[in-house]
Amino acid sequence: MSYLNSMWRNEQSRGVLIQVFVLTGFFALFSWLIGNVISNFTSLNKGFGFDFLFLPAGYDINQTLIEYTNRSTHLRAAIVGLLNTFLVAAVGVALATLLGFVLGVARLSRNWLISKLAYIYIEFTRNVPVLLHILLWHGIIVNTMPHPRQALTIGEVLFLTNRGLYVPKPIAETGIGLVWLGVVAALFFSVGLARYSRARQRQSGLQWPVFRINLVIWILLPTLAFFLAGQPVSLNLPVLKGFNFRGGIQLPPEFVALTFALAIYTAAFIGEIVRAGIVAVDKGQREAAEAIGLKPGQVMNEVILPQARRIIIPPLTSQYLNLTKNSSLAIAIGYMDIVATLGGITLNQTGREMEAMLMVMGIYLIISLLISALMNWYNSRVRLVGR
Amino acid sequence: MKSTSWVIAGLTSVLLAGTAGAATLDDVRAKGELTCIVNTGLAGFAAPNDQGVWSGFDIDYCRAVAAAVLGDSGKVGFVPATTAERFTKLRAGEGEILSRNTTWTFSRDVDLQQTFVGVNYYDGQGFMVPASLGVTSATQLDGASVCIQTGTTTELNLAEYFSLNKMKYEPVPIATNAEAQSNYLAGRCDVYTTDASGLAATKAAFDNPNEHVVLPEVVSKEPLGPVVRHGDDQWADIASWTLKAMMVAEELGITSQNAEKMKNSENPEIRRLLGVDELQGVSALGLSPDWAYNIITQVGNYGESFERHLGKSTKLGLSRGINALAKDGGLHYVPPVK
Amino acid sequence: MAPQRSQSARGYVAKVSLPALPPPIGTSGLIGWLRQNLFYNLTNSLMTIFTVVLLWLLVSSASGWFVIDAVMQAGSKQECLKIDSGACWAVIGKRIEQFMFGFYPEAERWRPLVCFLLLFVAIGPLLLPSFPARRQMLWFSAIYPVLTGVLLLGGAFGLPPVKTALFGGFMLTLIVGVTGIAASLPLGILLALGRQSKLLAVRTLSVMFIEFMRGVPLITLLFVASTMLNYFLPPGTHFDLLLRVLIMVTFFSAAYIAEVIRGGLQAIPAGQYEAAQSIGLNYWQTTRLVTLPQALKISIPGIVNTFIGLYKDTTLVIVIGLLDPLGIGRAALADANWNGLSNEIYLFVALFFFVSCFAMSRYSLWLEKRLATEHR
Repeated sequence: MSYLNSMWRNEQSRGVLIQVFVLTGFFALFSWLIGNVISNFTSLNKGFGFDFLFLPAGYDINQTLIEYTNRSTHLRAAIVGLLNTFLVAAVGVALATLLGFVLGVARLSRNWLISKLAYIYIEFTRNVPVLLHILLWHGIIVNTMPHPRQALTIGEVLFLTNRGLYVPKPIAETGIGLVWLGVVAALFFSVGLARYSRARQRQSGLQWPVFRINLVIWILLPTLAFFLAGQPVSLNLPVLKGFNFRGGIQLPPEFVALTFALAIYTAAFIGEIVRAGIVAVDKGQREAAEAIGLKPGQVMNEVILPQARRIIIPPLTSQYLNLTKNSSLAIAIGYMDIVATLGGITLNQTGREMEAMLMVMGIYLIISLLISALMNWYNSRVRLVGR
Repeated sequence: MKSTSWVIAGLTSVLLAGTAGAATLDDVRAKGELTCIVNTGLAGFAAPNDQGVWSGFDIDYCRAVAAAVLGDSGKVGFVPATTAERFTKLRAGEGEILSRNTTWTFSRDVDLQQTFVGVNYYDGQGFMVPASLGVTSATQLDGASVCIQTGTTTELNLAEYFSLNKMKYEPVPIATNAEAQSNYLAGRCDVYTTDASGLAATKAAFDNPNEHVVLPEVVSKEPLGPVVRHGDDQWADIASWTLKAMMVAEELGITSQNAEKMKNSENPEIRRLLGVDELQGVSALGLSPDWAYNIITQVGNYGESFERHLGKSTKLGLSRGINALAKDGGLHYVPPVK
Repeated sequence: MAPQRSQSARGYVAKVSLPALPPPIGTSGLIGWLRQNLFYNLTNSLMTIFTVVLLWLLVSSASGWFVIDAVMQAGSKQECLKIDSGACWAVIGKRIEQFMFGFYPEAERWRPLVCFLLLFVAIGPLLLPSFPARRQMLWFSAIYPVLTGVLLLGGAFGLPPVKTALFGGFMLTLIVGVTGIAASLPLGILLALGRQSKLLAVRTLSVMFIEFMRGVPLITLLFVASTMLNYFLPPGTHFDLLLRVLIMVTFFSAAYIAEVIRGGLQAIPAGQYEAAQSIGLNYWQTTRLVTLPQALKISIPGIVNTFIGLYKDTTLVIVIGLLDPLGIGRAALADANWNGLSNEIYLFVALFFFVSCFAMSRYSLWLEKRLATEHR
């Protein structure tokens, strides 16, 4: 007893004792839970395994980025869903970032009207649940857009209907290689130019309008290649045939509504983050930059933003993560993401809720852990070294 | 550590394996209430009214079971479930009976987690389109957008039907009948497909039912019926014979109105059904002798329930068709009560 | 008043300061304000004009649907259409009680109302430092959860029992939100301390829990609560769906609260820990008396923000069939009378969330400012 007592009084051995205690408790709880699952499963004669993934799925999916038919396996259906999740996340993140930065800058605009409008937009958007945004957008598109037969069109090329937005689909033909070559050449050229001009500036202090030159090159080279190769891209135009448009690329209303809603919702948060980041940069920095005669654009790009970025990036990443997780609300409007395929129809047709949900949760967990690992790495890279 | 947890887990499972298949009947009696998993809202089959009281064809069956087991058709609670959730809810024990226009299929039945106890409605999958489209047959639906409820057999039937006929379509998956309805009306899809009875119910709720037509094709067999959890034969028997009792009552001409009088009937089968004469096995099943009498007086026979919620006098206006009793040329052929 | 000059020739220094002239007309008053804030250069003038035109178009086209052509009272959508072409707000009026209380029995609706009013009495002393008799009232805050439980569920003191399946509407939103935050605070504090702990096992377990909960979408957790939680409990255990949801929501928000409090703990200067140790306090004493009170205080705005997030997330319970305002709205849409009025219903629910969340975020801002001055 006194031995235990002395162990408890020693800080190190007390630490060990506590940890042993905690671990025992944890594993006891864990095995109790697993034990319950096993006994529940045995009493229901339920198995556990992932072989169902290789059975034919039997259902169709309306938006597939890879080849998929109803004869494909459940695994493939899950991958189709996962890719759809990624698609929404990627497009949503891009749109949200763009809109968010515009909002953040607009909030700080000297123009009273614009800064107030940005403020009102931000407050209205972020104080309404994202699920409502999604439902509202879907409702608006489905209820107010015209039927395919009365489609709104721009030059008989773009069509807007309540079945979604139809755009022409570019199809590569022989000779496309030359165009890609042009793109690669433009890439090499612009990187080279940027390096050279930086070196030149360091030596002589003279600047080139690098961005403008690059822009011209990026447009010129691929276009030149395109015409040299004899226009190797044909467009597959959407055409109204029977019930729907055929051909082209269809962006279904579910996809559009989900992406828009997520982008618009997240942009409000990003706007505030950007504003806070810019405001947090010491006023003296701006004044000093102006004092040495930098132009307003240079002040922003060379002085303010690099410092604001350090503050902006961590919360920005967590917003990206939120957007990705919120994309799981797709199920509310029938967009076929990973939750709707693997965690929805597959789960239902096979009755494997444990396996399916474990997989869905695992996938989200991996995504978010990867992103936070990336963020931690970035943080340690840009951290100010204490003096 | 890990092996210990497995040992514990193993021990627990051995200890608890004996309790598998605990008597559902006792649970229900102890609770004093039956819990039924039902549709979130399908006119005629299951829907809450303005006061929040559930009624419908599937609801009647639940009330009948409550009448048989507890002697009171009012002692029943309802758990609404989407098509996708229904089996998980039943398996998770959120209700004792799933009465939610559920199709009896091989894989669902032998799944070892649930058991179908009979057919209360013979159905088949159909298609509904706006009349303005001028479509007269499902074979003309190539390229259409089709609204469909996820997690149903209709989803698989649809895929099979269209690929058999070498047609393409855009599936628009939707969770509940109400949402499918509003998407269909908004023109998000050209076609709504579900069981023919469901189509009739949905159509009945439209502003202008005449602007929509149900196509003649019925592309699948959809025997709809109640489901119970696998492993409790006693409960399955009760669920099964509640349904049969309603049909037998119709066959024998017993209605909620004349049941009291029928007790004096000379017909031995009627006397056994109504508990006047002893029916072998009723007590072994755990029911009181007046179980069927309670069902008939409190809920009514099969035909009464059908006419009340689905029949000609209702908005749905369905005819009995193959859902008539066998003696009237339908498919409902019930084993004798002996 | 004319300036008075000294008569002596000692110099031209004025004895009295001259009154200020009015500023040039372009820099003050309405015109000045307009010039400085809306028309200070060409680009901005154009932007302003463009925005005003856009706003005008938006307001004039939307006001027709929203207000002018809107119908306030009707028995069904068909009746609405007969009266006018705008929004059919009648559906909200007809179903307002369901939006508030769900299917809670009509005769018992005073109970959630009382709970709602008492909620302010209970959280007042926690949130407002100037609350009268704050210390005594904190006791009420402590017993409030029990009181609400009894009041809402009934079955005691002569109150008829009410099943949780009947709970719905905004009442459900508040129940899930408030319970989630209140129950997750203690758990969140423990997790935050665990994550800061020197003990490897404790730290690892805390990190695992927090990262798991923050890594998966709430919707999957709710799905687990609704269909799979029973598998993890001894066979034959059944408990209430609402309770299961509350447990999951508590775990979920505890992970977020833990991160907020960890931020608070990290913001406390190392000197505080060192000073506490030097006067001989042990770990729990240091935490309880020195670090945690300070950390909690600076975390309050963060906690309020987490609450706002959770409060908005309660809309997700619709996915597992609980009837929150959105669920009630969808039930109304299933009614043949109100078919297709989704815009009206979603906008109404959105407005409700906006009003309550905006008020809360204002409070959080106010608090942040107040705390900032205290620390100066």
